[in-house]
Amino acid sequence: MDRPFGLLAELTYACPLQCPYCSNPLAMDDYRQELTTAEWLRVLAEARELGVLQLHLSGGEPLQRRDLAGIVRRASELGLYTNLITSALGLSARRAEELRTAGLDHVQISIQADEPVLSDRIAGTPSFARKLAAARLVKKLGWPLTLNVVLHRENMDRVAGVLALAEELAADRIELANTQYYGWARRNRDGLLPSRAQLQRAEAAVRAARERLKERMEIIYVIPDYYSRYPKPCMGGWGRRQLTVVPNGDVLPCPTAHDVPLPRASVREQSLAWIWTQSPLFQQFRGTGWMPDPCRSCDRRELDFGGCRCQAFQLTGDAARTDPVCHLSPDHGIVAEAVRTANEPSRPGDTAPSQPGDTAPSRPASGVLIPRPHPSRPGRR
Amino acid sequence: MNDPRPEPVPAAVGAARPRLASHARLRFDETRQKHVLLTPEAVSVLNDTGAAVLRLCDGQRTLAEIMADLRGRYDRVPEHEVERFLGLLAARRCVEISHG
Repeated sequence: MDRPFGLLAELTYACPLQCPYCSNPLAMDDYRQELTTAEWLRVLAEARELGVLQLHLSGGEPLQRRDLAGIVRRASELGLYTNLITSALGLSARRAEELRTAGLDHVQISIQADEPVLSDRIAGTPSFARKLAAARLVKKLGWPLTLNVVLHRENMDRVAGVLALAEELAADRIELANTQYYGWARRNRDGLLPSRAQLQRAEAAVRAARERLKERMEIIYVIPDYYSRYPKPCMGGWGRRQLTVVPNGDVLPCPTAHDVPLPRASVREQSLAWIWTQSPLFQQFRGTGWMPDPCRSCDRRELDFGGCRCQAFQLTGDAARTDPVCHLSPDHGIVAEAVRTANEPSRPGDTAPSQPGDTAPSRPASGVLIPRPHPSRPGRR
Repeated sequence: MNDPRPEPVPAAVGAARPRLASHARLRFDETRQKHVLLTPEAVSVLNDTGAAVLRLCDGQRTLAEIMADLRGRYDRVPEHEVERFLGLLAARRCVEISHG
C-alpha cells in the first residue's frame, strides 16, 4: 500500500471571510469540537511515522488558532514541510515573526480580486488592503510568496488585473484555480460557474502573462472541471497520496468527503495508521476494483481514477459512479445542463465587471450568491 | 487549457552556480529510506546520485566544480545527465542557476 505524502490539516472552520465559493461543509456546526493542541501534536507525529512529508495548514482560517506557531514548530522538528494557506487576516507582524521563528516554510495568501470593491464584496468583509499589507510582509520576512485566487463568474474577467497585481507584489507563484463545486460553492454553483467566453478570455490573459513573466513568476491555472472532457484525477487516487484531518478530528481521503456515506474515522478513536490502512472509509475506493463501467474498462482508469468520488456522490447520490464530469459518464447530462445554463446569452444575475475605482453599490449579483457564514470559535486554546 | 510546464532551461554551462531554491528542502525520509525534495505542492523522490548532486548546489560551487567533485566519488559521471537533471529542476523552480 502506498504511504501518504501530504496531510491537509483543517485546524478550524472559523473564518473572518464569507466567500461564497468556500468548499467547507454546509454543516459547519458539526465540527466545533476542535482537536486540542495536544491532539494535533500527536496527529503530526503519527502522520510523520506514516510517511507524510508535507503539512498544509488550512481551515477556515488557521490563524484563528492561537496555538498555530506551536503546531508549526512541532511539524518542523519532525521534518515536515510546512505550508500555511491563509486569508492573511490575522497575519500581524508579530505573528508572522513568530511563525518564521517556528520554522514555517511557505505562505499562500488568498486574494479575491485585483481591486478593493470587488475583493471585499466577495470576501464579505473589508480585507483587500490588509491582504496586500500581509503579502508585502511575507516578502519582507524572506518567505517565498504564493497568491491563491479562486476564479468564478464574478472575478473571471479580472484575471489580467490579478496577474498585474501579483507582479507588483513580486509574488513567486500564483495559483489561479477555478472554483471546485463543493460545500458552499456547490450551493452557489449557478452564480459561480463562468461562461465559455469568460474562460477563453482568462486563458488568453494567462498565456500573455506567462510569456511576459516567465523568468519571474510561476503561473498555475486550473480550469473548472465542468468544462473538461475527462474528470480530474482526484487526490491522485483515493487513499493513495494524501489525507485530510478536519477540525473535529475526522480523517478524510479528500477534503470534501465529509458526507460520503461510509463509517466515519476519527483520530480521537483510532490511530492514523489504522485509519489509512484499514478503515472502510479509506479502503472503499482504493485501486480500481470498485469501478463500474465505463471506468472499469477505460484505459484512463489509472490516470484519473474515475474522477472525484465526492462529486459523483453529490451529483448522482452514489459515490461509486463515474464522475459525471467525464463525457463518457452516463450521468454527464447533469454537468452538461449546468454548463448550458452558464452559457445562456443573457442571465439576469450578471453584472458588468466592476472597474478599479468603481464606487457603485457593491452587492452580490441579484443576490444569488449565499455568503458562507463565519461561526466564531467555541473557545480559545 | 493545459498547464504546460516550462521548457527545461538550456543546459547549465560550466561557470554557472546552481543553488537549491529558498523554498525547496532536501531531506532524507526515514520512513521510505529515500532522499526527497520538498516544495510547496510536490514531493520528488530522488535517487542517491540526484541527492548527491543537489547537496553540492550551494550557490558557491560552479557546475564544473560540482562535476569534479562527483568524479571523485563515482566511477562514471554522465555530464549531460547531470545538466539535464538540473535543467529540469530549474524549470520547476526548485533550482536557481546564477550565471554571474
